[in-house]
Amino acid sequence: MPCVIDLNAVTQTFVSSDGSPVTALHNVNLHLQRNEFISLIGPSGCGKSTVLRLIAGLLRPSAGEVRIFDLPVTEPRDEIGMVFQKPTLLPWLSVVDNITFPMRHKYGRVDARDQARAQALLQMIGLQDFGHKRPHELSGGMQQRVAIARSLLHDPDILLMDEPFSALDALTRDEMSFELLRICSERPKTVVFVTHSIQEALLLSDRIVVMSARPGRVSQIIDVPLARPRTLQTLTDPVFTRMANEIREQVFTRHAH
Amino acid sequence: MKAFAFRHASLLAFIVLLGLWELACRALAVPEFILPAPSAIALAAGSLGLARWAEHVWATIEVALLGYALAIALSIPLAVAITRSALLSRIVMPWLVVIQSTPIVAVAPIIVVTLGAGVLPRVAITTLLAFFPLVVSTCLGLSSVPAEFIELSRSLRANTARQYWQVRMPFAIPHVFSAMKVSVTLAVVGAVVAEFVAAEKGLGYLILFTTSSFKVPVAFAALALLVLSSLTLYSLVQWVHQRFFGWSSPKKA
Repeated sequence: MPCVIDLNAVTQTFVSSDGSPVTALHNVNLHLQRNEFISLIGPSGCGKSTVLRLIAGLLRPSAGEVRIFDLPVTEPRDEIGMVFQKPTLLPWLSVVDNITFPMRHKYGRVDARDQARAQALLQMIGLQDFGHKRPHELSGGMQQRVAIARSLLHDPDILLMDEPFSALDALTRDEMSFELLRICSERPKTVVFVTHSIQEALLLSDRIVVMSARPGRVSQIIDVPLARPRTLQTLTDPVFTRMANEIREQVFTRHAH
Repeated sequence: MKAFAFRHASLLAFIVLLGLWELACRALAVPEFILPAPSAIALAAGSLGLARWAEHVWATIEVALLGYALAIALSIPLAVAITRSALLSRIVMPWLVVIQSTPIVAVAPIIVVTLGAGVLPRVAITTLLAFFPLVVSTCLGLSSVPAEFIELSRSLRANTARQYWQVRMPFAIPHVFSAMKVSVTLAVVGAVVAEFVAAEKGLGYLILFTTSSFKVPVAFAALALLVLSSLTLYSLVQWVHQRFFGWSSPKKA
């Protein structure tokens, strides 16, 4: 089975401000299949954002290796699209220019194909009338949708999302979860989704990686057998509720250690 | 009527002040060479003639603008270089502080002796004065880009030049423009200081010349023009900021 993303015995240590070493990750092993949606969940400090940055090529592992498409990761790769916690839209650019920004930033130019694709993405996220607005004229949820559209401009195989909905209010979060489900069903990708929300993880993922802190490590990988397409009904499915309780218990007991 | 008065309260207050000034000078018979009345200043201004005034105003403004332009041209690339290289920053920053700590009035005569008479030493003095706030603010602006935007830039694998041009510089704009407003007024100060040391025309020269021959009303008129010029340049920088970089100004609620 060809794996898209491999983390092999990855350990990450940082030097903290007083000079002492901090182990952010210890011996993490992860193998992701093509078009799999996995969530990384765990308490603060368990290293889930570090895992994401290692896959993104923004960090190099202290030990072990990270491979994408069976090639070691040394720098950010073109096959990856990334969405951050904050929308990170450039305030001086219009919405549509923000979506095409990756091309302008990487290659210095935006061709007609990119423009067309940006328009299509605007349509997909339902903001076709907002193309010429500035980010500050949009709500938080709309901005984050633009950020997602931006990450999809070059049609990446892999989407990395670092708590993309955590800065949004609860209602918008739910809406965005279903939005993401829809986007992923239209163009399947391998997605690594970092979240604090067990509900989000269960709703969106094929597998959930539960991590624990001090040092950061994988404590359990759980298969999510819920049928797709996932809908509002899924939230009230007894399997959903049971799994949510199990995971919650796990996270709390581990955290208490 | 009341709304009109409120909006223009500052200007109206100034006019009232002028009126009181005029009355006080006449009532107390203040000598002209100590404190001229506004009417005397206006009269003296008229006596010089428009052509002569234009000559003096332009002499000062020309040096101020040249020095300002040179200061911008030097400071921004230097600020970029300092932000990129920690080594360069350590080497250059102390020297910048030294330059800034040196009283420009003391250095001005030395510069004139070294660079001779003419426009060059005056532009050099002006540039020296206007330079420091621009470097410091630009450095601050370039390094206070929110971390997530640098991460975005890195995740897109853009080269450093593009990172600076497309992400860091635009974020630095508010800092750069606040320094540009300060620097433009400093450039006028620099031009005037330079004229005190070595010049045959200009508003600074005129103030020096006329006060030494007790033609104080003319000096006041020159001062008023100086202030007006400084204000105009300041407003011009403000306008450029709004017009071309309006997105970086704080939004009105």
